[in-house]
Amino acid sequence: MKKTYKIEVDCANCAQKMEDAAKKVEGVIDATVSFMTQKMKVEFAEDADHNGIMQNVLKACKKVEDDCEIYI
Amino acid sequence: MTKKQKKVLYRIIIAAILLMALHFAPVTGLVRFLLYMIPYGIIGYDILKKAVLGIIHGQLLDENFLMAVATVGAIALGEYVEGVAVMLFYQIGELFQAVAVGKSRKNITALMDIRPDYANIENEDGKLMEVDPDDVEIGSIIVVKPGEKIPIDGIITEGNSTLNTSALTGESVPREVSAGAEVISGCVNITGLLKIRTAKEFGESTVSKILELVESSAMRKSKSENFISKFAKIYTPAVCGAALFLAIIPPLFNMILGNPADFATWVFRALTFLVISCPCALVISIPLSFFGGIGAASANGILVKGSNYLEALSETKYVVFDKTGTLTKGVFEVVDIVPSGKATEDELLKYAALAESYSDHPIAISLKEAYKERFKADIDKSKVSDVSTVPGEGIAASYENKRIYAGNSKLMQRLNKEVNKPDKPGTIVYVAAEDEYLGYILISDIEKEQSENAIRLLKKAGIRKTIMLTGDADNVAKDVAMRLSIDEYHAELLPADKVEWVEKLLANKGAKEKLAFVGDGVNDAPVLSRADIGIAMGALGSDAAIEAADVVLMDDNPERIALAMRISRKCLRIVYENIVFALVIKAVCLILGAMGIANMWVAIFADVGVMVIAVLNAVRCLKIK
Repeated sequence: MKKTYKIEVDCANCAQKMEDAAKKVEGVIDATVSFMTQKMKVEFAEDADHNGIMQNVLKACKKVEDDCEIYI
Repeated sequence: MTKKQKKVLYRIIIAAILLMALHFAPVTGLVRFLLYMIPYGIIGYDILKKAVLGIIHGQLLDENFLMAVATVGAIALGEYVEGVAVMLFYQIGELFQAVAVGKSRKNITALMDIRPDYANIENEDGKLMEVDPDDVEIGSIIVVKPGEKIPIDGIITEGNSTLNTSALTGESVPREVSAGAEVISGCVNITGLLKIRTAKEFGESTVSKILELVESSAMRKSKSENFISKFAKIYTPAVCGAALFLAIIPPLFNMILGNPADFATWVFRALTFLVISCPCALVISIPLSFFGGIGAASANGILVKGSNYLEALSETKYVVFDKTGTLTKGVFEVVDIVPSGKATEDELLKYAALAESYSDHPIAISLKEAYKERFKADIDKSKVSDVSTVPGEGIAASYENKRIYAGNSKLMQRLNKEVNKPDKPGTIVYVAAEDEYLGYILISDIEKEQSENAIRLLKKAGIRKTIMLTGDADNVAKDVAMRLSIDEYHAELLPADKVEWVEKLLANKGAKEKLAFVGDGVNDAPVLSRADIGIAMGALGSDAAIEAADVVLMDDNPERIALAMRISRKCLRIVYENIVFALVIKAVCLILGAMGIANMWVAIFADVGVMVIAVLNAVRCLKIK
């Protein structure tokens, strides 16, 4: 299952950091962040609770880039 | 400007005013230090916070860290003004960059703003309801009012209108449509109300496919982008190491030699070094350039699936074309009617069309079209009977008690007919009635009007060789190649032979030269994926082509290939300009900084100034036409 989320991030480097952080969250199979389109595409395991996982993704992203937002 | 950016702007203004005021304040010592800490705190608290958080989370050596170390270091050395100023200018640069990037991002997305927000469906009592296009099921009837975008691919069930396809194709000539026509999402309905039965889900519709393609294009990184991210990974630690070296070794050396250590000077130089070194100009401007180039291409109906393909496009030296549907229209037309003397042109065409009247073969269709055009009437099939196909030869039918034959030379040979040989290439339909040979009709696939110019433009753009591969007969291919001035052609190829030829060409070219294959997406998916760059044209609505190709031309004008190459080259030139410009300025400033010639102000220019110039340069990619 893939879902796309709108994000807000100020720099390309931070977007890269968010991508790396999101990939490491449990339940996330793959994640890509596009700074240009301000979107994050996350692939979850089948039947995963994506809202719960996204909370963790947000937390992980905040850790590497305090100044980011993911609209879940 | 967003709210967040406005807040930063106010902070910058306040800090700048305070800094200027403090310059004239007659204070010294601790009071002076504390006073300078006010603008420093206002302008730099978020950077300091990020730097501390970065250290805690193990994100050492990012730009926040560099700035924090540089400014705290300057303040520790008593250079309060420099410390605050560096932070101030860093924030100005960041703000400027955020605004410029945000603006160009908006420009690009506006360029590609084809996403429909809603679909109208009729509910039970006949009222229109706006719903999310995602919720519309296949086979539903949607209503598209004039001025609205068609949200989902489908077939018109009611209404006539004119469609504007420019958002998809870059082509501004409107298209007339009426009931029964297939329409694709993303087109704008201009004149009349249309009712459309949807044929796909929203997610599978053309508009969604295109949007997904363009949005994910930024994720396929080019060599230059990969180079920069790898470079940044080595560069930042290297620079920090060099700075540390600069701060410690020369003073130690001084001490060994018995001179005063002079730590302050060297630490300050090391800090200057750190400020100069920020790799932001490269990290931001290069993806932005590619994104701009991809945006400019999509505005012209050229979809590029990734920065890597945009890059490869600029290195293309060989262009291989498929013939049918790419250089030619892919529709057969009657180009010549040559009677033998036993019949008139009209009779010849009539007999041929009658014999083929029950067939749906492209040749038969072209004969029927020609008949319609000449006699302004449909063929009266009722008098045609006993139609029989002769495999590999042609067709026979009875008309008004006469037997008519239409087919190739083999058929005529079997019937023992002497034929007149045509001198022009093309597909020939010989026609005979009962015992008499009546003549032949020449049918050929005609070239697109733009093909000749397209080849000329490619030559002008520095393409070394153009090659045409076709399954068609040799004499036809020769004729087309000659008229379009194509350098090389290979005819009578099966699809597998085309792959073989492309592989042969790939093996013989230089490593830095790229080969592009241009096809219409029908039957050439293997070749499209085998070539360095697969270009599919006329791909509007063809999922298979969009899937297989790397570059998709939305309309079927081959001239766009040269345009795509021009965009890619200009974009790449801007990328290289930025790389060279940023690295040269930084290298010079780093050397000057290490020698103590460049002060903090030069350092700020080397960081922020270079970044701003690089971003402005990158934005030019968007304007390429």
